Amino acid sequence: MTTPWTDSAQPSLGTMYRLQWEDAQQCHVLLFPEGMIKLNGPAAEILKRCDGKTSVAALVIDLETTFGEADLRADVIEFLEQAHGRHWIR
Amino acid sequence: MDATGSGDLLHRAVAAKPPLWLLAELTYRCPLHCAFCSNPVDYTQYSKELGTDEWIRVFREARAMGAVQLGFSGGEPLVRDDLTELVAAAHDLGFYTNLITSGVGLTPQRAEALKKAGLDHIQLSFQDSSRELNDFLSSTKTFDLKQRVARTIKDLGYPMVLNCVMHRYNLPHVGRIIEMAESMEADFLELANVQYYGWAWRNREMLMPTRAALATAEAVVDEHRPRLDGRMKILWVVPDYAEGKPKPCMAGWASVFLVVAPDGVALPCHSARMLPGLDFPSVRDHSIREIWQESPAFGAYRGTGWMSSTCQSCEDKEKDHGGCRCQAFLLTGDAAATDPVCPKSPQHAEVEAMVAAAVDPREVSAPIRFVPGARRAGELVFRTDANARG
Repeated sequence: MTTPWTDSAQPSLGTMYRLQWEDAQQCHVLLFPEGMIKLNGPAAEILKRCDGKTSVAALVIDLETTFGEADLRADVIEFLEQAHGRHWIR
Repeated sequence: MDATGSGDLLHRAVAAKPPLWLLAELTYRCPLHCAFCSNPVDYTQYSKELGTDEWIRVFREARAMGAVQLGFSGGEPLVRDDLTELVAAAHDLGFYTNLITSGVGLTPQRAEALKKAGLDHIQLSFQDSSRELNDFLSSTKTFDLKQRVARTIKDLGYPMVLNCVMHRYNLPHVGRIIEMAESMEADFLELANVQYYGWAWRNREMLMPTRAALATAEAVVDEHRPRLDGRMKILWVVPDYAEGKPKPCMAGWASVFLVVAPDGVALPCHSARMLPGLDFPSVRDHSIREIWQESPAFGAYRGTGWMSSTCQSCEDKEKDHGGCRCQAFLLTGDAAATDPVCPKSPQHAEVEAMVAAAVDPREVSAPIRFVPGARRAGELVFRTDANARG
């Protein structure tokens, strides 16, 4: 079982992953040894903020402010859990 | 023929998606002599290597089209003195950079310089978990060196993939190979069941494992997987001859994968150069865009228009793309044939016969003994310059 993400946790990308915008794909992608995952908009916005310094609480507030939406916390936590399960973040 | 005529039109009609993977085979030179090497059996003919500036132009053009992954391969890419410069250029262009190496030449100093240049990942090859077999199969004393290189790679914080080509000789060692990779803290272990091209095709009778040996080894892999979950991922490359299932080779001909050989010839896969009737263009004469989008050779087997009626009528044609063109050619003489590993192929019985003829490694009479500079060991032919010249 993975430990749940707390508000003070500071997620960062796994060491073998790199996030970048790809013109040819018209989306953000996650690159890793010999592979690429295309990300949808919300996934990319969350992963961009997984810099090892931003807390989950700050990340949620940032997203809510930037996109003018409320109550994103549950969605963000759910995504972080999935991303962690795939070893994208730690 | 009607089918060929309309096929040609269809080839041109299939729009090419951009290449995502560029494999830069920097050189065919290699200090190892592996009996299953995927390089051409006549590799000494293609020794006029591209220069640094030519490679960087290739990287720039492929990147501009949308390629994101760049593999530095060979031969042994570390024999090129300009490797660090090439990695730096690729990194600056935004590629995820992969070094595919035997480890020979990867000193701590060089590994550190490559890290600074932006190298993202290293794939290190091993031939076996034992010194005896590793050195025998590569016909070099490299086992201990590879152990040191694995340490260097991890000490510098690189993601590390260990790659081990699996065949009759080392399949019984699979458990020890997994334990070795685990102790080296590999992030991935690629157990690459041998694919029969190049030198491996030449040595196919000696390398072919029995179905029983494959099944036993796969069971061992499955036993280890849960224990390693989250630490080391094991990739078991499907042995397509034994499984009777065509592989979606290169995810389709000239679909996502582009190889540039040491002499600048562009190919849709490592071994396509041997296919007759196709004129593969050189990056010395053409841009990557022209090669990818306009050359008849790259268009030849795109889409489904070229397929035999066996493949045309198959519901899996969009999934496996009819299997591998090189395999179809090697086994039938016709590159457009259904890959004979497929049970629907009229020539499938030949593949079945090859698998049925495989013997248990314990019954192999030739001794496993490393002899420096040997061209052969019994029936096994090593990849050497002399053997490549014929």
